[in-house]
Amino acid sequence: MDAPDAVFFPDRRAPASHLLLEQLPSYQSLLYRRKSSSSGSARRQGSGRGRQPSINSGKWAEQKPVHGGEELKPVRELPKSMQEKRWEKQQRLQQGGTLTGWGLWRLNVHRSLKRLKEDGMDALSSLQLWRAEIHLIEGMFGTGILSYFSFLRFLVLLNFIMFLLMFVFVMLPVIITSHSEHNVTYSSSNVSVCSEYLGSSRQGLVMFHEHITDLLSGTGFLEHTYLFYGYYKLEFIHSHFTYNLPLAYLLATVSYLLLSLVWIVKRSAAGFKRKLIQDEDRFQSFCNKVFAGWDFCITNENAARLKRSSLLYELKMDLEEERIKHKMANRTRSERCRIYALRAALNLFVMAVLVACFYCIYVATVFSQRKQAEDQKSNFLLELVVEYLPSIVITLANFITPLIFNLIIAFEDYSPAFEIRFTLMRCVFMRLASIGVMLFSLWDQITSCGSSGCPCGYNHELYPCWETHVGQEMYKLVIFDFLIIAAVTIFVEFPRKIIVNNCDCGLAKWWGQQEFAIPQNVLEIVYGQTICWIGTFYCPLLPAINTVKYVLVFYLKKVSLVTNCRPSTRPFRASSSNFFFLVVLLIGLALASVPVIVSIAEIRSSRACGPFVSYSTSWKVVPRVISQLPIGLNSFLLALASEAFAVSFFVITCLGMFYVIALAGAHKRVIEQLRDQLVMEGRDKRFLIQKLCQAQQAVNAHSPERRPPRGFRGNRYDAGLYLVEPSVELETQA
Amino acid sequence: MGGTSSKLPKDLLSEYQELTFLTKQEILMAHKIFSELQDRENGLYSSRVSMEKILTLPELKSNPFRKRICHVFSTSDMKDGSLSFEDFLDLLSAFSDSATLEIKSHYAFRIFDFDDDGTLDARDLEKLVNSLTGETDDTRLTGEEMRQLISNILEESDIDKDGTVNLSEFQHVISRSPDFVSSFKIVL
Repeated sequence: MDAPDAVFFPDRRAPASHLLLEQLPSYQSLLYRRKSSSSGSARRQGSGRGRQPSINSGKWAEQKPVHGGEELKPVRELPKSMQEKRWEKQQRLQQGGTLTGWGLWRLNVHRSLKRLKEDGMDALSSLQLWRAEIHLIEGMFGTGILSYFSFLRFLVLLNFIMFLLMFVFVMLPVIITSHSEHNVTYSSSNVSVCSEYLGSSRQGLVMFHEHITDLLSGTGFLEHTYLFYGYYKLEFIHSHFTYNLPLAYLLATVSYLLLSLVWIVKRSAAGFKRKLIQDEDRFQSFCNKVFAGWDFCITNENAARLKRSSLLYELKMDLEEERIKHKMANRTRSERCRIYALRAALNLFVMAVLVACFYCIYVATVFSQRKQAEDQKSNFLLELVVEYLPSIVITLANFITPLIFNLIIAFEDYSPAFEIRFTLMRCVFMRLASIGVMLFSLWDQITSCGSSGCPCGYNHELYPCWETHVGQEMYKLVIFDFLIIAAVTIFVEFPRKIIVNNCDCGLAKWWGQQEFAIPQNVLEIVYGQTICWIGTFYCPLLPAINTVKYVLVFYLKKVSLVTNCRPSTRPFRASSSNFFFLVVLLIGLALASVPVIVSIAEIRSSRACGPFVSYSTSWKVVPRVISQLPIGLNSFLLALASEAFAVSFFVITCLGMFYVIALAGAHKRVIEQLRDQLVMEGRDKRFLIQKLCQAQQAVNAHSPERRPPRGFRGNRYDAGLYLVEPSVELETQA
Repeated sequence: MGGTSSKLPKDLLSEYQELTFLTKQEILMAHKIFSELQDRENGLYSSRVSMEKILTLPELKSNPFRKRICHVFSTSDMKDGSLSFEDFLDLLSAFSDSATLEIKSHYAFRIFDFDDDGTLDARDLEKLVNSLTGETDDTRLTGEEMRQLISNILEESDIDKDGTVNLSEFQHVISRSPDFVSSFKIVL
C-alpha cells in the first residue's frame, strides 16, 4: 500500500523507501497481516508492545517464545485466531514439559482453581437482578438508557442493605424482646410534663376513609408501630450481655450513611479516574465519539437507525461547538462586557425565582402544620390535601423551575454542552434544596413555642414526639413521590402515545412522541433516595418502603419505555452519565447527612418517646458509653477525639495531598517531553529514510547493471545492505 | 447430513474455555446458534458458514461494521468472510464482557482499518465516520465538516504526527476512552 509512501513522497517517486519502511523493526511489530499458515504464529509476540521482540524473537522464534522483558500473557489474551492460540499453548506446554512433578502439580491446581473461580463468578452473575430485562433494554435503546436502569438497580440493592442494617440492629432486638422473657429497661426521664405522649390513635368508631388517611400520612394506627421512631422505647436489653439499644440505633444510622458513601465512591471511582485522565479541555473527545461511538450491543434495526442519527447529531453539535468556541475567543471587549452583565442579571433572576419557591414551600409547610395542629374534622379530601401540601408545592416547584431554567439559558449564550450541564446543575440544586427548606421550616415550627419559651427544648404541646412527626412527613414525601411518578406515567404518557399515534391534529404533531429524558428521571430517583437517607433515622422501615417503591418504578418505567418512548435525539453518553448520576447521588447524600447530623448532635431529643429519652441529645449516648469503658480504651478514644489529634491528622493529610499533586505535575511534564521526543524521532526517521533513498538512487544511477530492488523478498539483501542485520534474518524466516 | 444436535465434546469445551474469554454457558449457546446456521446451508455439512448466513444473526444484522467483522475474524483462505465455529468463538470472545482492553482495541483497530494496511489514514477515518452516521447522502457530514472532524481526530490521537493512526496510538487513545469497553460488546 501507499500509505506510508504518500506521507513522504506525494508524487510517489521512490518505491524503494516503501521497502525500507517495511523492514523497520517498529513496522514489523505492528504488522498483523496473516501470511501463509506455514509461517505459524511465531512472528509477533504481543502486538505493538515491545520494540525488542523483533530482534529477540526473530532468531529463535521457532524454538522458544519470548524471553527478556515481556512476561508470558495467558494464551487467551493473545489477539490471534484459535488455531494459532492452540499452537502457542502447545509450545508453552512443551516448554513447561520440563517442569518437575511439584511444578506440574502446582500448575494444575492453579488452573483448576481459576476455572472454579470463573464458574463461581458465572453463577453469581446469573443471579444478578433483572439481568434479562436490562439486556433487552440495552438491545433496544443502547447504553445511555441502560445506565439509568442499572443505576436504579444499584439503588434497590443499596436500600435493601440499609433496611437489613436497621432491621438486624434495631428492630430485631425489639421484636425478640416482645416475644420472649428478657429483662428490659425502658427509657425514662424525670421531667413529667414533657413525657406525656398520647399519640393520635383514634378512639371509638373509626370511619373507613380515616383508615385511608392514616395509611397515607402515617398517623392513627400506623403511628405506634415499628414504622416510627417513637415505638422504640427500650433502653437496655439484659440477656447474656447488655444490649444498648440507643447506641445501636445511633451507630446503625451513622453506618448506613457511611456505607452509602463508601459504596457510591467505589462505584464512581472508575469513572472519576477516567475523568481525571481526560484532562484536555474537551469534555468529550472526538476520538471517544468516533472510535467508541457505536453500541455493538444494539440488535434492533430501529434503534440502530436512531443511533446513527443521534451520532450524526452529536458530531455535528460538537463541530458546531468548536466553531462557536473559536468565535467566542474572538469576541471584542464590549461584547464580553455586555454578555457578562446579561449573565449576572439572569443569574440574579434565577436566584430570585429560587428564593420565591423556597418561600412558598416554607409558607405551605407552616400552613400545613398549623392546620394539622388545629385538628378540625373537615372533608376527607381536604384533610389529605392539607397534609400533603408541602409535597404538592415541592412537586409543583420542581416542575415549573426546569422550564424557566431552559428558557433563561438560551439567553446566556454559553456553548451547547455547557448549557446542558449548567441547567442540570440548577435543577439538581433546586430539587435537593427544596427538601432542606421543608425540613428547616418543620424544625422552625417544632421549636417555636410561643411567648413563654420552650421548657423542654421543643414545643411539647403540639409535638410531644417530634421525631415521629418528622418521620411522618418524610413518609408522606416518599408516598407522594411514588404516586406522582405512577400518575404521570399512567395518566400522561399512555394517553400521549394514544393521541400521537391515532390523532393527526396539530397538537399531536407539536407534542410529539414521548422521549425518555434521562436527566429528569435520574433527578427523580435521587430526590427519593435523599428523602430516604434523611428519613431513615426517624422512620426505620423507610428503606424497605423505598426498596419496594424502586422495584415498582423499575417495572413502570420499563413498560413505559418499551411501549411509549422513542430514544432521545439528544444523546447522553453512558460513561459520563454514570459519573453524573453518582455525583448527583453524592450531592444528595451530602445534603441528607446535614439534617441528620444536626438533629443527632444539636436538637434536643424528645422526652416522651424513642430510645434517647434520658439523653439530652441523641449523640450523648456515645460519651456515656465511652465513660463506662475500661480506662485504657477510654483515654485512647478521648485522645482520638481531641483537637491535637484532629489538627495533626489534618496537617498530615494536607501534606500527603500536596505530595501527590506535585507528583502528578511531574508526571505530566515527563509525558509532554516524551511526546515531543516521539514527534522528533518520527521526523528523524523520515529524514534518514529520505537520505537513504537518495543515496541508493545515486548508487543505482552509477551502476545500472545491478538489479533494481523490487517487491521480492529474496532481493532484500540489496536494500538490506544498509539495515540492521536482525530484521533481515527476520525476513528469511518468513 | 449435517449434525443438527451434535454435542460439543467435553475436552473440546474445556479447551475453548481456556483459549477464549467465554464461559461454558456462552460456548454452548454459541454452538447451538452456529449449528442452526449450519443447518440452513443447502446440502453438505460444511464446517464454514458463509458470510451471508452469519449476517442474518440479530446481533450483527444492524451493525454497520458487520462485513468488516466477518472479514477480520475469518480464517478462510478464500478471503470470503466465512466463519468456522472457532472463528465464531473468537469473535464472541473478543466481544465478550471479560475480554481485556488490549484484545478489544486490537480487533477494533483491525475492524476500522478498511484497507487492511496496518494504519488508519484519512480515508479509513472517512469511511469509518460514514459507516457511523449512515450511508445516504443526507445522513453524512458535509465535506468541510468531515475535514474538520478528521483533523480533530488526528490531532488527538496521532502522536508522531505522521498523518495516520497506528496500532499503538489507537490503543493509547482507546485506553483513555471511557465508553469503549461498554460499547464494544456483543452478548448472545
